[in-house]
Amino acid sequence: MTAVASPTAGSAGRPRAGSLRFPFAWLGTVPFLGYVSLFLLLPTAIVVAGAFAGARGPSLANISALTQPYIVDSFVHSVVLSAASAAIGAVVGAILAYVLATGNREGAVRRVVTAACGVLSQFGGVTLAFAFIATIGGAGFVTLWLQQHGINIYANGVWLYQLSGLILVYTYFEIPLMVIVFLPALDGIRPQWREATANLGGSSWHYWRHVAGPLLFPSFLGCLLLLFANAFSAYATAAALINQGGIIVPLQISNALSSEVGLAQADVASALALAMVLIVVVVTVLYSTLQRRTARWLP
Amino acid sequence: MAAFAVITACGSASAAGNSGGVDAATATSASAFGGMSGLIAAAKKEGQLNVIALPPDWANYGSIISGFTAKYGIKVNSANPNGSSQDEVNAVRAQSGTSRAPDVLDIGMAVALANTSLFAPYEVSEWNDVPASQKAANGLWYQDYGGYMSIGYDSSKFTITSVQDLLKPQFKGAVALNGDPTKANAALNGVMMASLANGGSLDNIAAGVAFFHKLNQLGNFVPIQATTATVKNGTTPVVFDWDYLSAAHGKDVPSWKVFVPPDAVLGGYYAQAISKTAPDPAAARLWEEYLYSTVGQNLWLQGGARPVEMAAMTTAGTLNQTYAAALPPVGGTPVFMSPTQATAAATYLNSNWAQAIGS
Repeated sequence: MTAVASPTAGSAGRPRAGSLRFPFAWLGTVPFLGYVSLFLLLPTAIVVAGAFAGARGPSLANISALTQPYIVDSFVHSVVLSAASAAIGAVVGAILAYVLATGNREGAVRRVVTAACGVLSQFGGVTLAFAFIATIGGAGFVTLWLQQHGINIYANGVWLYQLSGLILVYTYFEIPLMVIVFLPALDGIRPQWREATANLGGSSWHYWRHVAGPLLFPSFLGCLLLLFANAFSAYATAAALINQGGIIVPLQISNALSSEVGLAQADVASALALAMVLIVVVVTVLYSTLQRRTARWLP
Repeated sequence: MAAFAVITACGSASAAGNSGGVDAATATSASAFGGMSGLIAAAKKEGQLNVIALPPDWANYGSIISGFTAKYGIKVNSANPNGSSQDEVNAVRAQSGTSRAPDVLDIGMAVALANTSLFAPYEVSEWNDVPASQKAANGLWYQDYGGYMSIGYDSSKFTITSVQDLLKPQFKGAVALNGDPTKANAALNGVMMASLANGGSLDNIAAGVAFFHKLNQLGNFVPIQATTATVKNGTTPVVFDWDYLSAAHGKDVPSWKVFVPPDAVLGGYYAQAISKTAPDPAAARLWEEYLYSTVGQNLWLQGGARPVEMAAMTTAGTLNQTYAAALPPVGGTPVFMSPTQATAAATYLNSNWAQAIGS
C-alpha cells in the first residue's frame, strides 16, 4: 500500500511549506485503495491461487484442463459473442447518440431517450431472456402471429437459442449502454468546428475525416471496449436462454462450480476465470495502444 | 477486511445448542433428548431452521415447510430455492460457523456420497421402515423420496407412446431437459432414460447422447431449461423430468400428461442429511423426524413423489390411498443407476455433451 501511495504524495507535496498536507492527501486515497484491494485485488488473488491449486500443492492441471475442446469452443463463442454484440451495439448506439446530440439538448425527446437508455442498459438477466422467449421464442406471440401470416422465422431451427440468438439479445442492452457512454463525447464536439471547416472550404467528408472523426475515435474505442467487457462477463441472460452445453465461458464456470453429478471442480472454475481476466487484459492493452496512436495529435 | 470479522462474529453464538445437558449436535436419535418431547422442546428453543435448495413446487416442499412451521412454531429460512445439490454442499462449507449455514440437506446421491464427512449421523424414529439398501448403515444419509424419469407433455398438442416418437417432425422446437446434464442430476437421468430406450444400458449413456444429437439436428431439441414458466407459456411443451416434478405442471397446463416409457423405467432417489456444523442442531433433527413421520411421507406422496417408507406404509395401511392412486402408471421393470454408473455417465457427458448439442 505504501508503494502505491508514493506518487500521490509526490504530487501533493509540491508546495514545500505545506508539509502538513501530506498525511491528509494520503488519507484521501485510503477509501479508494481499500475498495480496490477488497473488491479487485483480493478476488483476483483468490482466482490466481485457485487456478494453480492442486490436490497436493501447486499444479498446472487446472490450466491444462482449459485445452479440452469444449472449453476452447466456449472461449471462441464468448469472444465472438462479445465482439459481435459490442460492434453492433457501438455502431447503432453511436448513430442513435449522434441523432440525439444534434437535436435540441433540452428537448423532451432527448430526455426521454436517455432516461429509457439508462434503464434498458441495465435490463439484462432472466427478465430479458424471458421477454425474448415470450415474444420471439418457439411459442412466442410474435412468432405465432408471423406463422399465421405465412412467415416462419424458425424454418431452419430455433436460432434464438443459439449463438446468433444471444448476439441479438445482448445488443438489446448494448445499444442503450453505448448511447449513454458515447453521448458526452458527442456533446463535446462544437458546431463552430464544422462551420470553421466549411469556411476553409472543407466538405462534409473533410470534416468527418480530419476533425470530428479523429476527435471521437479514441472515445469510440473506449466505449467499444466497455461494451466488449460488459458482454464478456454477462451470465444470467445466457444462462436463462441457453441452458445446454455451456456455450460461453461464464456458463462453463457455473458448471464447474455447481455441477451436482460429480463434475464440480472449483479450481478449474478459477482457471477459467483467470483466462477471462487475461483476455480482458489483452483487449485493454490493445485498446490503450490504439488509443495512444490515434490520440497523439490531441492536446 | 473489517467486514469479514463482523460477518463471522455474528454467527458463532447460536451454534452451541445445549439444552438440558444434551448436546444436540452429536445426538444420533431422539432418545438422546429423552424422547420426542425433549427434542421438540430443544428445537423450539432454537426457534428456527435453515433449509436450502428446496423449491416450493418440488415434491410438495411448499406445503411441507408450512406444515412444519404450523406444527412446531419453528421458523424455516429457505435459502437459494433453485440451487443444485453441489450448491448446498458449497454453502455448508462456505457458511460453516455462521447462523445462516444450512441445517439440513436434500441432495442427489452422487453429491451425498462424495461429501459424507460434512454430515452428522442421525436415525429417525422410523429408521427400520427405510429399506437397508436406501440408507447408510451409520446414519450419515438416508434416501427420502424418489420417482421415475418421465416425459411430460401437453396432450392437447401431441401424443407420445415411445421415446422415438420425439423424432417426428411435429416436435420441432419442443423437447427440453430440466437443466444441463453435466450439471443437473435430473437432466443426466433424462439422457440416461433416452439411452435405455435406444439400446444403451446403465453402463452406456452414449446412445442417449446420440439420441439428443439427432433431436438437435432435426431442430426438435430446445436448449433452454424447462421451468414452470416455460411450460406455462408453451415454450417447452415436451419435458424430460422426474415424474413427480412433471406432474406439478398439471396445475398450469390442464392437458399436461406424464409418460414413463415402459422400455426405460429409470428410478432415482434423493437423500437427506444433517449438516455436522448445523447452527440449529435440534431443529435439524426434528425436521428429519417430521419428514419421516407418516405426515411428512404422505406430503411427499401428495406432491407425486414416492416416499422411501412407501412399502412399509402400504403394509401398515398408513399410506394415503388417494395420493397413491394419482401417481402416473408405471409398467416394466424399474432400474437404478449405481453411484459408479452415474459417475461414468457424467464423465462421458462432460467430454461429449457440448459437442452433441452444439450448433
